[in-house]
Amino acid sequence: MAESESAQVPLEAYVATTASAVASTASTIPSASVTPRHSALVRITHWITTLCFLALLVTGLEIVVSHPRFYWGETGNVLMTPLFKIPIPSSRSLVPTGYGYVLPDQNGWSRYLHFQAAWIAVLTGLLYVISIFFSGHLRKDLLPGKSDLSWRSFSTTIAGHLRFKRPSESEAWSYNVLQRLSYLFVIFVLFPVMIWTGLAMSPAFVSTFPVTVTSLGGQQSARTIHFFVTIALTVFVLVHFVMICVAGFKRRMLAMITGKMIAGRADTHTEHT
Amino acid sequence: MTDLSRRKLIIGGLAATAGVAGLGVAARLAQKYGLIPPDHGGIYGLGETLTYASHRLLTRHSLAREFSQSQISKPPLANEIAPLNDAYKRLQAGGFADWRLTVTGMVDRPGSFSLAQLKSYPRRSQITQIACEEGWSYIAEWIGVPLSHVLDLVGVQPQARYIVYFSIDPDWWDSIDMSDAMHPQTFLAYGMNGDELPVGNGGPLRMRVPRQLGYKSVKFITHLTATDSLKRFGKGLGSASPEGGYAWYAGI
Repeated sequence: MAESESAQVPLEAYVATTASAVASTASTIPSASVTPRHSALVRITHWITTLCFLALLVTGLEIVVSHPRFYWGETGNVLMTPLFKIPIPSSRSLVPTGYGYVLPDQNGWSRYLHFQAAWIAVLTGLLYVISIFFSGHLRKDLLPGKSDLSWRSFSTTIAGHLRFKRPSESEAWSYNVLQRLSYLFVIFVLFPVMIWTGLAMSPAFVSTFPVTVTSLGGQQSARTIHFFVTIALTVFVLVHFVMICVAGFKRRMLAMITGKMIAGRADTHTEHT
Repeated sequence: MTDLSRRKLIIGGLAATAGVAGLGVAARLAQKYGLIPPDHGGIYGLGETLTYASHRLLTRHSLAREFSQSQISKPPLANEIAPLNDAYKRLQAGGFADWRLTVTGMVDRPGSFSLAQLKSYPRRSQITQIACEEGWSYIAEWIGVPLSHVLDLVGVQPQARYIVYFSIDPDWWDSIDMSDAMHPQTFLAYGMNGDELPVGNGGPLRMRVPRQLGYKSVKFITHLTATDSLKRFGKGLGSASPEGGYAWYAGI
């Protein structure tokens, strides 16, 4: 997968010649020098969310270490049969883990940081979601077009992914159908379920909104779903990262940091593999 | 400087001024309505304050979920407890006949109550879940006297804003605001699942705050005090928990 494509062709010329052949929903490919690849709002919310996600992941794992057992229903404790256990040592001596030692307790700061990062992520996410409805980002870049939803479009995109084919230059300005669907899934399914199951573990919150936990089958079910969604989001982040490397790490990172999509020159594939 | 950038600068400056003024007013109002937790300082203060304030606005009068008899966890779990100190063991040897709950601070009639006295007051029970910050939980029937009943007996003064409560183990003390203290499900619990409260669950007397995580339900309670400020207690963070790195407010 180390072929280097038309590296000498300036972006605009390249874009002009390929734009007509593009089977994407991106109706126009903007001039690189004028329109940012990602709007400032998308870039800022992206990086705040990234930081929050990393903080939530690390602190969440720290919290799990104090009781690496998961249950279904209302209650769960060491006297009950778990749904499953994670085979790791625990930071509490009460938990039978099979390990002869107990890890240090890191729950205090982990919990403080977990909720702080959750607040920032939720507020940032709200700002993002509200803005994409008005900015056209949702309609133009995230919702798949009619032509995207054909089997042909799916199979082409999936086949391209399976061969680790580098995306065409047009895709540097848009998202393919798999990207669109996975971003939509993360934004409108995984994040909301994460927030919901998090709140469903709060004894005060559920005292006012009991249906948020009873509908899930109980507080321990909420905790277990919260854990599964963590895995789903982590898989998403890992795949997202691998895809960035495949598509050209430096260019994509610069585009998400500065907003500018530089021409493909430096984007040789060998430096990432 | 072009007109456009000057206009931007002016608008930006006005917006920033309005923002700062708005935050100042919000902070003043939040303080007035009791929306600021005692551990609001430091790098995690933002998250703590947002959580506590939003819970106080959303959940002030709501009741913790109650369960049916059949949902009571069997067998009941008793979490690890710190080694019991000599003072506790002496009282235990006497069948807790000399166990006292003293009540001081901003009250009209400071007092001292024996377990027998507490048990003579209206007996209430609730089947609620206790959830630990670690992730485990159990459901039990808690029997006791509502804290509000005892606070009414001693006549809490209107300027009191918090009830601070102390375990016989000097490492454990905590506090709740008046809306939690006067909440009908906040108990001084002396019984569990139709029986005496076992030592492992905090017997003979435990605070029970069902809308917060288990660590607010401090075991072996001997002393309460009503106060308008938590600054005088410990490091002024409201309880032993923030001193050990844990949040004061645990309604999460």
